[in-house]
Amino acid sequence: MTSSSSEVTTNANGQENLLEVRDLQMHFPVTSGLVFQKTVGLVKAVDGVSFSIAKGETLGLVGESGCGKTTLGHCVLRFNKPTAGQIHYKGEDLTKASGRRLRELRKDIQMIFQDPYSSLNPRMTAGQIIGEPLTIHGLAKGRTDERIAEILTLVGLSPEMASRYPHEFSGGQRQRIGIGRALAVDPSFIVCDEAVSALDVSIQAQIINLLKDLQRKLELTYLFIAHDLAVVRHVADRIAVMYLGHIVELAPRDPIYDEPLHPYTKALLAAVPVPDPEVEMKREHVIIKGEVPSPLNPPSGCVFHPRCPIADEKCTQTIPELREVRPGHWAACLKV
Amino acid sequence: MSALLEIQDLQTHFQSDMGTVKAVDGVSYDVEAGETLAVVGESGCGKSVTALSVMRLIPNPPGRIVGGQVLYKGRDLLTLSNDEMRKVRGQEIGMIFQEPMTSLNPVLSIGKQLMEPLTEEMGMTKQQARERAIELLASVEIPDPARRLNQYPHHFSGGMRQRVMIAMALSCDPSVLIADEPTTALDVTVQAQILELMKQLTKQRGVALVIITHNLGVVARYADRVNVMYAGRVVERSSARAVYGDPRHPYTLGLMRSVPRLDHPITEDLEQIDGQPPNLAALGQGCAFQERCRFAIDKCAEERPELIEALPDHYSACFVATELGTTPTNQSQASTS
Ligand SMILES: Nc1ncnc2c1ncn2[C@@H]1O[C@H](COP(=O)(O)OP(=O)(O)OP(=O)(O)O)[C@@H](O)[C@H]1O
Ligand SMILES: Nc1ncnc2c1ncn2[C@@H]1O[C@H](COP(=O)(O)OP(=O)(O)OP(=O)(O)O)[C@@H](O)[C@H]1O
Ligand SMILES: [Mg+2]
Ligand SMILES: [Mg+2]
Repeated sequence: MTSSSSEVTTNANGQENLLEVRDLQMHFPVTSGLVFQKTVGLVKAVDGVSFSIAKGETLGLVGESGCGKTTLGHCVLRFNKPTAGQIHYKGEDLTKASGRRLRELRKDIQMIFQDPYSSLNPRMTAGQIIGEPLTIHGLAKGRTDERIAEILTLVGLSPEMASRYPHEFSGGQRQRIGIGRALAVDPSFIVCDEAVSALDVSIQAQIINLLKDLQRKLELTYLFIAHDLAVVRHVADRIAVMYLGHIVELAPRDPIYDEPLHPYTKALLAAVPVPDPEVEMKREHVIIKGEVPSPLNPPSGCVFHPRCPIADEKCTQTIPELREVRPGHWAACLKV
Repeated sequence: MSALLEIQDLQTHFQSDMGTVKAVDGVSYDVEAGETLAVVGESGCGKSVTALSVMRLIPNPPGRIVGGQVLYKGRDLLTLSNDEMRKVRGQEIGMIFQEPMTSLNPVLSIGKQLMEPLTEEMGMTKQQARERAIELLASVEIPDPARRLNQYPHHFSGGMRQRVMIAMALSCDPSVLIADEPTTALDVTVQAQILELMKQLTKQRGVALVIITHNLGVVARYADRVNVMYAGRVVERSSARAVYGDPRHPYTLGLMRSVPRLDHPITEDLEQIDGQPPNLAALGQGCAFQERCRFAIDKCAEERPELIEALPDHYSACFVATELGTTPTNQSQASTS
């Protein structure tokens, strides 16, 4: 381990940060030309993002399609090598890790995918799927079957199911296998990328409860990516709202939902219909115009200004900083 | 008012390796002019297959409509010839399909796709069709419609493609519009735009709208009446207010309680429905929900409950429907009043 970059920070409550991301950028070049590839543009998928997650905490990451949630998650998992910025994990800069050290760190940071259908190899049994990461990381040698049975029980399946193939499971059960695969190597940190989005309501609640239960039992830390604001409210301690590669608001759960500051957060919350006709009848339906612009050609100034109901001249020119408007409540808007 | 479209005891089966899949197993529902009807239920419960059966678009093999009637203005669509049925599709009943990408042809311009049914089915001239197509794109609020006509689907965002789909479905002035998960792939802000638009267009034209969705919030905001489906059957039907305010089927009750809500206090754990949805190829003789049901009695394993009127204009396929009301179902009353 390189001790030079080792530095564990604490949050406002004095808790140790497990992860600290600073000024992270992930820019993808867009090329054209068949033989001599020319870079004709940059997709600024993540463009200067900073946040931290304390040990045992769940940070929810929300925002509309294409705003950079998955890209950010992939940087933390080091599937992507970021263009700039730092990702301190347990005090060590992940962006500088490579080779064997990177493999060790990868064991500690696992991922649960969105799609329980395509993320499991159809030719492997549930047992093999859960056992694979154990083999890769040389863990539970000589007691692999025992460990697989343990994990299956942990995620609410029965050990006999180890010999079954993915197509023999329902969607919710497959997601349990995906969670089991992530847990097999005993990680501390899990990136859940839309882990419950593809599931039916009745199954979604089972998986949300399972994830929360596992967090308590195993002291896990989550980066919980989702576009469903009601789901995120149920699992996250703090929430970051992203728009076009930027975090536009970051705060503990209740302030985000009860007193949102950023006009985009307000618009998102207003757009979510409440499953109750009585409530919906009384509610005013404020709908913002337009769609998320192309990240290839983002708007000047505040990236949200073309859709913003309160934007003025200044917003078209000045890029707002993410600032601490109230203790622990950050927003990037010139008007708050 | 009498029903415009009335589905009666529809049965559609598929042959598979695992045997006969009873995807739609005796579904009945109806929709009146100008109203919005929602069909909700878990993935695989038969929502799309019911709609595709109405349109007579079930791939055969492996699928076949084996029973029931689909009455449109009193005529049984299942008895029509293919030619007659082609006229019904589009001109009488429009449909927006679950996968927008597969229902737009990627190699034809948006204009061509919009104009084709207008010239071929409605007998318009090219010029008339072009003008109508521009009008249609404008009606779904696509800016600069004349120029957009020459562009291809990949030039449009997801939300814009869905607007085009709505324009297409409405192009031949149908009286019924079936929208199968019209906004599932879209962002919430765009979803709200599209649903408002659909609601407004169908209201203006007196079109009956059938929205198929699994999003209980969407139903609450937009639907007048609701059909809740489970395992190929309708298990509960009433006005949206009654179904949400006083659910009379344990499955509906479970659904309402397990969905996280922005307007409710946060509870430590969500209430969940245990177990898994049943295998449609191996349904027993009893109620399909029985194994997951907290209220099940012995009879539920032996006999399948019919959809009956448990309360005035409130139908439920459950033996204990009338007793369910005594359980405290409705936290919303407490939190919103
Ligand atoms: N490898 C890549 N090359 C080029 N562009 C990319 C690449 N990966 C992602 N992008 C772009 O970066 C942006 C952010 O994508 P990302 O997948 O992170 O969004 P997201 O917030 O996860 O969206 P969704 O909610 O749809 O999953 C998008 O515009 C996407 O097209
Ligand atoms: N072409 C087919 N061949 C075999 N089975 C089919 C076919 N199409 C549908 N089914 C089966 O019919 C059942 C009902 O499917 P349907 O598509 O109507 O579900 P749904 O309620 O629309 O679900 P979702 O919410 O996922 O769209 C499913 O169990 C499905 O597997
Ligand atoms: Mg993503
Ligand atoms: Mg469907």
